[in-house]
Amino acid sequence: MILDGKCPTGPIEQTWDKHRFDLKLVNPANKRKYNVIVVGTGLAGGAAAASLGELGYNVQAFCYQDSPRRAHSIAAQGGINAAKNYPNDGDSIYRLFYDTIKGGDFRAREADVWRLAQVSNNIIDQCVAQGVPFGRDYAGYLDNRSFGGAQVSRTFFARGQTGQQLLLGAYSALSRQIKLGSVKMYDRREMLDLVVVDGVARGITVRNLVTGAMESYAADAVCLCTGGYVNVFYLSTNAMGCSVTANWKAHKKGAYFANPCYTQIHPTCIPQAGDYQSKLTLMSESLRNDGRVWVPKKKEDCGKHPNEIAEDDRDYYLERKYPSYGNLAPRDIASRAAKEQCDDGRGVGPGGRGVYLDFADSIKRLGEDTIRERYGNLFEMYEKITDENGYKRPMRMYPAPHYSMGGLWVDYNLMSNIPGLFVLGEANFSVHGANRLGASALMQGLADGYFVIPYTIGGYLATVKPGQVKTDHAEFKKCEADVKAEQDKLLGINGNKTVFEFMREVGGLMWENCGMARTKESLETNLKKIPALREEFWKNVKVTGSGAELNQQLENAGRTADFLEFSELLCRDALHRNESCGGHFRSEYQDAGEAQRDDVNFCYVGAWEYKGDNKEPELHKEPLKFDNVHLAIRSYK
Amino acid sequence: MSDHKTMTLTLIVWRQKNASDAGKFETYTAKNITEHHSFLEMLDCVNEDLIYAGKDPIVFDHDCREGICGMCSQVVNGAPHGGQDRTTVCQLHMRKFKDGDTIYIEPWRARAFPIIRDLIVDRSALDKIIQAGGYTSCHTGGVADGNAILIPKPVADEAMDAAECVGCGACVAGCPNGSAMLFTGAKVSQLAILPQGQGEAARRVMNMTNTMTECGFGNCTNHYECMAACPKGINVKFIARMNREFLKAQFA
Amino acid sequence: MQLLTSSIGRKILMAITGQAMVLFAVIHLLGNSSIFGWLPGGINAYAHHLHSMPAPVIIGFRLGLLLFACVHIWFGIQLTIENRGGRPQQYAVKSVQKASFASENMIWTGSLLVAFIIYHLLHFTFQVISPETAAVKNMVDLHGANVPNVLGMVVAAFQNLFVTLIYAGAMLVLFLHLSHGIQSFFQTLGWSNDRVQPFITKAGTLVALALFLGYAAVPLTILLRILN
Repeated sequence: MILDGKCPTGPIEQTWDKHRFDLKLVNPANKRKYNVIVVGTGLAGGAAAASLGELGYNVQAFCYQDSPRRAHSIAAQGGINAAKNYPNDGDSIYRLFYDTIKGGDFRAREADVWRLAQVSNNIIDQCVAQGVPFGRDYAGYLDNRSFGGAQVSRTFFARGQTGQQLLLGAYSALSRQIKLGSVKMYDRREMLDLVVVDGVARGITVRNLVTGAMESYAADAVCLCTGGYVNVFYLSTNAMGCSVTANWKAHKKGAYFANPCYTQIHPTCIPQAGDYQSKLTLMSESLRNDGRVWVPKKKEDCGKHPNEIAEDDRDYYLERKYPSYGNLAPRDIASRAAKEQCDDGRGVGPGGRGVYLDFADSIKRLGEDTIRERYGNLFEMYEKITDENGYKRPMRMYPAPHYSMGGLWVDYNLMSNIPGLFVLGEANFSVHGANRLGASALMQGLADGYFVIPYTIGGYLATVKPGQVKTDHAEFKKCEADVKAEQDKLLGINGNKTVFEFMREVGGLMWENCGMARTKESLETNLKKIPALREEFWKNVKVTGSGAELNQQLENAGRTADFLEFSELLCRDALHRNESCGGHFRSEYQDAGEAQRDDVNFCYVGAWEYKGDNKEPELHKEPLKFDNVHLAIRSYK
Repeated sequence: MSDHKTMTLTLIVWRQKNASDAGKFETYTAKNITEHHSFLEMLDCVNEDLIYAGKDPIVFDHDCREGICGMCSQVVNGAPHGGQDRTTVCQLHMRKFKDGDTIYIEPWRARAFPIIRDLIVDRSALDKIIQAGGYTSCHTGGVADGNAILIPKPVADEAMDAAECVGCGACVAGCPNGSAMLFTGAKVSQLAILPQGQGEAARRVMNMTNTMTECGFGNCTNHYECMAACPKGINVKFIARMNREFLKAQFA
Repeated sequence: MQLLTSSIGRKILMAITGQAMVLFAVIHLLGNSSIFGWLPGGINAYAHHLHSMPAPVIIGFRLGLLLFACVHIWFGIQLTIENRGGRPQQYAVKSVQKASFASENMIWTGSLLVAFIIYHLLHFTFQVISPETAAVKNMVDLHGANVPNVLGMVVAAFQNLFVTLIYAGAMLVLFLHLSHGIQSFFQTLGWSNDRVQPFITKAGTLVALALFLGYAAVPLTILLRILN
């Protein structure tokens, strides 16, 4: 089937304004009759729940954490892009649009990206009004820094905690609506099913994580703002609770999963220290503004103290390979380059899996105080984890799974192929193509939540009658019973391996065979091994305790079960896409290490339809048209 | 790197089935722990052993494991987050301990934070304080340009110092009175320092501090244990600032 | 009125009444120091001067002080009871980072001070504890006027080791109470920040120490017969 993204046509600068005018409106007095469910309270979910509540809809918001303020958006460090052009360095909406399309390796929809670039400026204003303490200069003007993949300074920041401050801004707006009664907040709830009645999304089934009780909630529209799935690699920069579960359950109820193989590996993370490790810690990309990346030229130098390696014996490989972008090359390129050096045997640190990020030159040029002022908290964090002082010796870095560009398929209105099911933020696939540029995730989450969904959801709700299905409907009972049955099954296996062991195993397979570089063989290996592992899981997993209590093992078991299914789809998507683009690098398709795109055969969005357990999913395509940007080989040399 | 050196530790952990259970300490042994384990990874290892033995693992709140989400909450040897300067317990590493150490692990203890299970407490009271006024009442859309009101760097920095709070509740856990003054003071100050928040400053400080009391938090007696416990180093000057805002509100 | 009911309001009342009593303690000490002879006629002249003020002033002053003390004590007890409830269950391991012995025991040092003040009032103001040396019963001549012999009463009292120990001990308790109390006043009224806070803490402790040394000097010098 050919999918239609329902993008508005005409001159790209007018698409969003025209579309907003064309959208139907819900009468202010009628809004309170509509119930909207928002799952997830990160930047997208928090902003959406607050904005929809303010508009007058009856909003029910859900999160698995103990408070909406804890969503993993909070961990974003570096910043948020906007086309304000405050530094007068040549930025514009068009340039942000162009950079994002190009950064995404020409695999995103033009209209969606244009809209993102257009509303980016409103986001900054909105956050300032909320009291987000962005970095400013002595005169009081907003400050900017540069980020990877751009030659202008368009990134706004709040020290090294931009995500935290933006999330707290959205959380405060949400808190205000909770107080006003327009949003009802349900914390410590995990969505375990999407309720679809006659092909329309009507509600969700959640597990109360404190009592273990199954609960049903009905609504006229459901917004999934449930983040990304890179915990499928087990070790990633995501929070421990991040999972594909909500998206996967929606997928199994009919929502198409688009481009799952587009996963981003962030180039600067603290390398793994041991097998027991539970997560990887990211160090902001902004560090590459002042840090120089290098490895020893000679393999025999790898064991030496870095400060003893002479300047001539160092290979500043990013500066060498990409002279115009240098250390600020986009993430996918910087990550692959690091892997190449390590594969070449010139990596440093435990297992030879690391490259140096060196601040010595910047400290010489700017002084340690300036560097401390810019990145102090990151150096502190590095020292806490590694016990090494980044001011005195170069930091060790290695790429780690970080973000998923793929996600549930949505049209221009952010609605999935299931009417009434909207998907926002990282959970959808829409704007980052095959690779996301730094400081664009925060931008997308807030754009979707504050400035897109408030308009587009109205266009849908205006066409439906409110409150048609209530939780006493048979489908709600069935979903509760199904979820309960799956849980009972997990609890009843009582095998010999813990949930973590399975997660480590599937994550290991994914990282090894479907990580930074993929081949036909490695993917086929996974497509054999994953189903076998899944089968073993359902025979041999050990989950203690009961379902009627707070049971973290049970929570993790459910998430792992979904990853064991989803990982297969990810590999299948990677296998079908016989090209390299952005975060998807197929070793067979390269030109001297650079990704080789195939625009003739693969210039489309690949959206997968679930066809049943252990059945092959069906691929639907949405062709991508580029009318405003010239399809070109993405070069940062 | 000395991964080959491992530690064996004795853990004395608070176990409590649910809110109504009395709860008690149980003793466990953590084996094969290296200095690179984080504190929570050490607990993960203990939990794996417990699961193999068919016992209920120790439950604890955690999420980002990089010190920013504020979810982790354990009192280690009497100190919230383990007492290392500016460090959440998820960022506390085992190199701070020695082979053979005995470690007490307890949940946050405060009237306003009822225990849910083991080391997990209910911190929704902190959300209620924010709901009482921890925001500017701006609408989505229709706001002024970000540069319309200039905020010189020192002012923005001061607001950011207050805004760094992760809402973990360590200040409450560390306070002998179970007071949330540092948490509340940080938010009141952040918004009182910035021009955007000044219009509602009087209303905000009254509503937030009254809600704090209603939620069962104690009063401030200036021990400054909160500041010592805070993983983000939030300074008690923000409590002073809140007191000032309170006084101003009396005359507003 | 939120000052009387709210958490910060009551704290501010505690701070203001406490600080007022610190001011009184300073003036009282200056008066006491007349015993060392800087005022012609010494402490007897000072006492006479005070008692020669119009009755409404004296009564007003005493009632004011009583009111301050009552407010301070009332809210002190109320807040302490509330605060004990703030953490109903203690930790198995007690770890103190910043709190001090003084800050943790304000209710006890305060209680001891109340007991001492009652004793002190009965002793030197109402003079019922040792009636034989009561100043009002032993009038002396001062520049032609017949005035109570305060000096004789004080010297007689402090030549007793036990009495001196009570007074010196009470002043030590006062030192503890004020070493936390004075800096708290600035914090509570919001006149503090990270730059001045360490200074205020030190200065508060120094003032408390000065009051302790000043007050303890009288009984100790009398006991040691340096002052007769």
